[in-house]
Amino acid sequence: MNNYPQILFKNRRPGATAFLAEYEAGGGYQGLRAALKMAPQEVREQVKAANLRGRGGAGFPTGLKWSFFPTDQPGEKYLLANGDEMEPGTYKDHQLLLADPHQLVEGMAIAAYAMQIPVGYVFLRYAYETCAQNVERAIAEATGKGYLGRDILGSRFGFELHVHRSAGRYILGEETALINGLEGRRPNPRSKPPFPAQFGLFGKPTNVNNVETFANVPHIFTGGAEWYRSLARTPEGAGTLLVGLSGHLERTECFELPMGIPLREVVEQCGGGVRGRRTFKACLPGGASTPFLTAAQLDTPLDHVHMEQAGSRLGTAGITVFDETTCMVAATLNLARFFARESCGWCTPCRDGLPMVVWLLEEIEAGRGSQELLDMFRDQVKNISGRSFCALAEGAMGPVGSLLTKFGDELEDHVKRGRCPIS
Amino acid sequence: MSELLPQVQVNAFRAKAAAIEHPHELIVDALRAVQAHHGWVPDAGVDLVAELLGVLPVEVEEIATFYDKIFRRPVGKRVIHVCDSICCWADGGDAIAAHLQKVLGIGFGETTSDGMFTLLPTCCLGACGEAPAMMIGLTTFGTLTPEKIDAILDGYRNEA
Ligand SMILES: Cc1cc2nc3c(=O)[nH]c(=O)nc-3n(C[C@H](O)[C@H](O)[C@H](O)COP(=O)(O)O)c2cc1C
Ligand code: SF4
Repeated sequence: MNNYPQILFKNRRPGATAFLAEYEAGGGYQGLRAALKMAPQEVREQVKAANLRGRGGAGFPTGLKWSFFPTDQPGEKYLLANGDEMEPGTYKDHQLLLADPHQLVEGMAIAAYAMQIPVGYVFLRYAYETCAQNVERAIAEATGKGYLGRDILGSRFGFELHVHRSAGRYILGEETALINGLEGRRPNPRSKPPFPAQFGLFGKPTNVNNVETFANVPHIFTGGAEWYRSLARTPEGAGTLLVGLSGHLERTECFELPMGIPLREVVEQCGGGVRGRRTFKACLPGGASTPFLTAAQLDTPLDHVHMEQAGSRLGTAGITVFDETTCMVAATLNLARFFARESCGWCTPCRDGLPMVVWLLEEIEAGRGSQELLDMFRDQVKNISGRSFCALAEGAMGPVGSLLTKFGDELEDHVKRGRCPIS
Repeated sequence: MSELLPQVQVNAFRAKAAAIEHPHELIVDALRAVQAHHGWVPDAGVDLVAELLGVLPVEVEEIATFYDKIFRRPVGKRVIHVCDSICCWADGGDAIAAHLQKVLGIGFGETTSDGMFTLLPTCCLGACGEAPAMMIGLTTFGTLTPEKIDAILDGYRNEA
């Protein structure tokens, strides 16, 4: 179980945080040194060659995103780390920043150099106060050593980094809402285009990446792009993945695992199998907004391509497992309530559609369902999908839609029997 | 004024707002500072933040009412946020919420009569590996059981 290569969690010790001395002793800031010897464009190319994909949920290729950035545009530009992490089932950025915050700082410094960005912010959710303090200390230590600030390591490149503490609400994780939040505006999402790379924070070019995405970057420069890709078990994947386990497993911990590892190995080896020798019924493979996978899909490799082929998404790689005693209607109701409550209220399909979905699931779960309500439910799913202003409501339709496709019988059964057949 | 924010912080916010190009970016920080000092953000707190940063009160209010961790109504000395998202739900979160309501003698959104605790639901706290979880102030507690909750609450009661 302990043989998986540990890259991001190399310095992780129970109850302890690795700060500068330990980080440097483990090879910290060598990636930054190597990157600063290259031209910014070569840095972007290397990230592209490593096939790093965003760990914030959407899985966008990081090098490609960086290559779209108007690097040569002079003046103010911003680099943002997204540490909102409020998608239920997701706690990997939390674990990363508790263990080894300098990786984020180093990764951001390399990214800033690659895109010639002078100022960055680390955006952290309200509940992660300890992480905020860890990152502040890491920034101070890095600045003291010349890894941040003016003229980094004699390169003439300068980058300063700040921490922003948020005050709750899942929507802040959406990158344009996050930008509004940082500006001190009401954090509804913005319309895209213009994309943040053109018109972002304070109207300036802005690049947003997830905390874990940045933490991968230094290793691409110490080990090389080829080595980085070879860490994955599948040619489609690259690197390692922080996988946060939760739900009905014997061990619910966060593990660093090779990308492309089969879901079954994660559940059985890392998670120790389903708790109390019960059987696996379903899981959310990558956070609350990813469609359910069933026991028949346990051999799917955990990479972006295979998870999509299986009808779900890798998402944030937070895996929540449900055993056979779980009512999938009740589980989906809980998820729908989360999305309805966290809706920012900006657009109608989400603000009005999600509460309707909640009400319909409540009725069905309580045994007051009917064919008419089932039809209304299908209708809502169809009409919310693809029609919302941002991806929050689309994400809600992930599990809700898969309740229809994967557990349609269970849903119908609630209506036929006039009660929940499970709980 | 000192009731809402200590004078040093009043001065610091004023100075910082004057020195930066976009004082709006301090609104969340300033609201959090008022709340940390005063417990919650009354109308006068919104006005104070607006005045310190040189922005409109409505621009502060639209922020204050958006975030669920900014309180625009009085709360108890300690605010308990109990997670009701999927991982905690799957691990007995409902029973934990019921236990909290029973031992505190209040429902969600209410404050104990001694002004000690306010109970609120929250979405996922990022402690999914240690479900069920709750947060008191800025401290997260995981793998909750009724006994553990009783001990935690006693700890806060005996603190003052
Ligand atoms: C409702 C919603 C919430 C999101 N929450 C987060 C989050 O907490 N952290 C994150 O990194 N990305 C989140 N995202 C995705 C971001 O918009 C963005 O794609 C991501 O930060 C880009 O970083 P990456 O390419 O490194 O993954 C969220 C998106 C949506 C629609
Ligand atoms: S989908 Fe929901 S969260 Fe996104 S803009 Fe519309 S109302 Fe707001």
